[in-house]
Amino acid sequence: MPRRDVDTDQIIPKQFLKGVDRTGFGASLFYDWRADPNFELNRPEAQGATILVTGANFGCGSSREHAVWALAQYGFRAIIAPSFADIFLANCYRNGVLPVQLPAADVEILLGRAAGGSYEIDVDLEQCRVSDDRGYSTRFSPDPYGSELLLRGLDEIGRTLLEEPSIAAYERSHA
Amino acid sequence: MRTLFDRVWDAHVVRELADGVSLLYVDLHLVHEVTSPQAFAGLKREQRTVRRPELTLATVDHNVPTGDRSLPIADAIAARQVDALGSNAREFGIELFDLDSPGQGIVHVIGPELGATQPGMVIVCGDSHTSTHGAFGAFALGIGTSEVEHVLATQCIVMKKPRNLEARIRGSLEPGVGAKDLILALIGKIGTAGATGHVIEYTGEAIQALSMEERMTVCNMSIEAGARAGMIAPDEVTFAYLEGRPRAPSGAAWAKAVECWQTFRSDPTAHYDAQVRLDAATVGPQVTWGTTPGMVADITARVPDPAQLASENEREAVTRALEYMGLKPGTPLAGIPIDRVFLGSCTNARIEDLRAAANIVRGRHVSARVRAMVVPGSQRVKAQAEQEGLDSVFREAGFEWRNAGCSMCLGMNADVLGAGERCAATSNRNFEGRQGRGGRTHLMSPVMAAAAAIEGRLVDVRGW
Repeated sequence: MPRRDVDTDQIIPKQFLKGVDRTGFGASLFYDWRADPNFELNRPEAQGATILVTGANFGCGSSREHAVWALAQYGFRAIIAPSFADIFLANCYRNGVLPVQLPAADVEILLGRAAGGSYEIDVDLEQCRVSDDRGYSTRFSPDPYGSELLLRGLDEIGRTLLEEPSIAAYERSHA
Repeated sequence: MRTLFDRVWDAHVVRELADGVSLLYVDLHLVHEVTSPQAFAGLKREQRTVRRPELTLATVDHNVPTGDRSLPIADAIAARQVDALGSNAREFGIELFDLDSPGQGIVHVIGPELGATQPGMVIVCGDSHTSTHGAFGAFALGIGTSEVEHVLATQCIVMKKPRNLEARIRGSLEPGVGAKDLILALIGKIGTAGATGHVIEYTGEAIQALSMEERMTVCNMSIEAGARAGMIAPDEVTFAYLEGRPRAPSGAAWAKAVECWQTFRSDPTAHYDAQVRLDAATVGPQVTWGTTPGMVADITARVPDPAQLASENEREAVTRALEYMGLKPGTPLAGIPIDRVFLGSCTNARIEDLRAAANIVRGRHVSARVRAMVVPGSQRVKAQAEQEGLDSVFREAGFEWRNAGCSMCLGMNADVLGAGERCAATSNRNFEGRQGRGGRTHLMSPVMAAAAAIEGRLVDVRGW
């Protein structure tokens, strides 16, 4: 999807934010754009895609975590882009979606190859490597804390609750 | 040597975890109906409680109707979400400004109005425009729903410290040019990702000369430049705004608080990781012409020609934006006909915004081709405006006078643009479909939007 500044309003429009559950967002991903038969996700070879390659500043705008829920529930496990918006990044790590930041020139190469039809990319978080079926291979630098959440599926709240003595001490000293 | 942001950050570190990540204490957690139900559901599922309900404030704003409040909410799904916040607030002991409360309003308008937003605080909310509160010298940031649940349970967030960016604005603004123009011009200069990974501190005499409400407008749109937050060092203007507000310290505690707040400032030689400068005197009234807030120009400019842009990326983005906006390259911005006007949002729906817009429309009438609405930022702003007779000014000019909420800024309720409708809006986002599928948004200041309502087209308010 060779577009930059894809905002979370596009990823999941506002009419789908009225629910109280975390499920059922996959079908509404890129709702307005999917009405266009030429939209990238509507192409036959894009069916079942699990890696989204896209332009810079992906996920900008609203903080709605529903955007990541929609991407994950649609089936995306990783997103490759030259850059991401901060809140969107934080939301990805907490929902099993890996954001991969690659140089813009590399993303251009991958986008060019993806536009040509059936195309396979492999993202390996443990090895920090992106490779494709045409010989492209590079390392990426994932956020250490984010990767830990992704790799170990930690209950972040449970872990912070173990910090109770530190939190209580902070509260006492700032009362 | 530390910056304002360094000081606020340092004062809130509970513990440094690994890899530069810290556990940071949160002083104020604002909650609204759209991004919280899944967080409360998570707490219940895990049988967890809200650690500090008294540091948590809730209101309904995003999907509430702005019409007749004596009627039930017509949208059953929206009504269920509003009810869910009510029952969650009751269950967890959180104070709620519900739909029938005189204190209801947009979450970023009511925090400051109550005096709950104070210098030196860490403030979070499941909403990107939480950056608004940085106007008081707080570190205020938007978070996702998983983090909302984390803050409810632990009163902390886990994050890596963002970098410091100084936006130094010198000079003074011309008449007819305001805070909205300043921040739009800055976003136009640095781009919608220009401050990604950074906290912007706005400094310089043009910033110091702004009122608190104008400072909120500036900080509000920090997120539109990609920033994690925006901040302005507290000063006498800040303290004067806060004094006497319901949640502000009073009596002996007031003097002590001010003394403490005065320490939240950057050292003269503090290090910023990045700097950008702007001369306020060079800024004219700004209008967006595209589908990101960075696609913005002076009202005297023309719609850009993609063919004249350097990179293919830019050409594609601008071509696509102009197609969506229904604009031809080279068209003068002044004169573009509009169908709707939206005066509202957490960016520009406080009392000063309404006063400024009312001064433009007083004694005039909205163009026959335009449907215009005023949506005050809070019920208190609405009551204040009514006390000053501003509602009559707007009504007599042909504006709809509505109840408080986010309304057509994001179009979650019934206030939406139709496909192809063109709107002069005082809100913060002009993304495709933001105000309604196929709707075309031009962002601008309240006075520019008011003048556009009267003329039925985009117009340079300096000629008024």
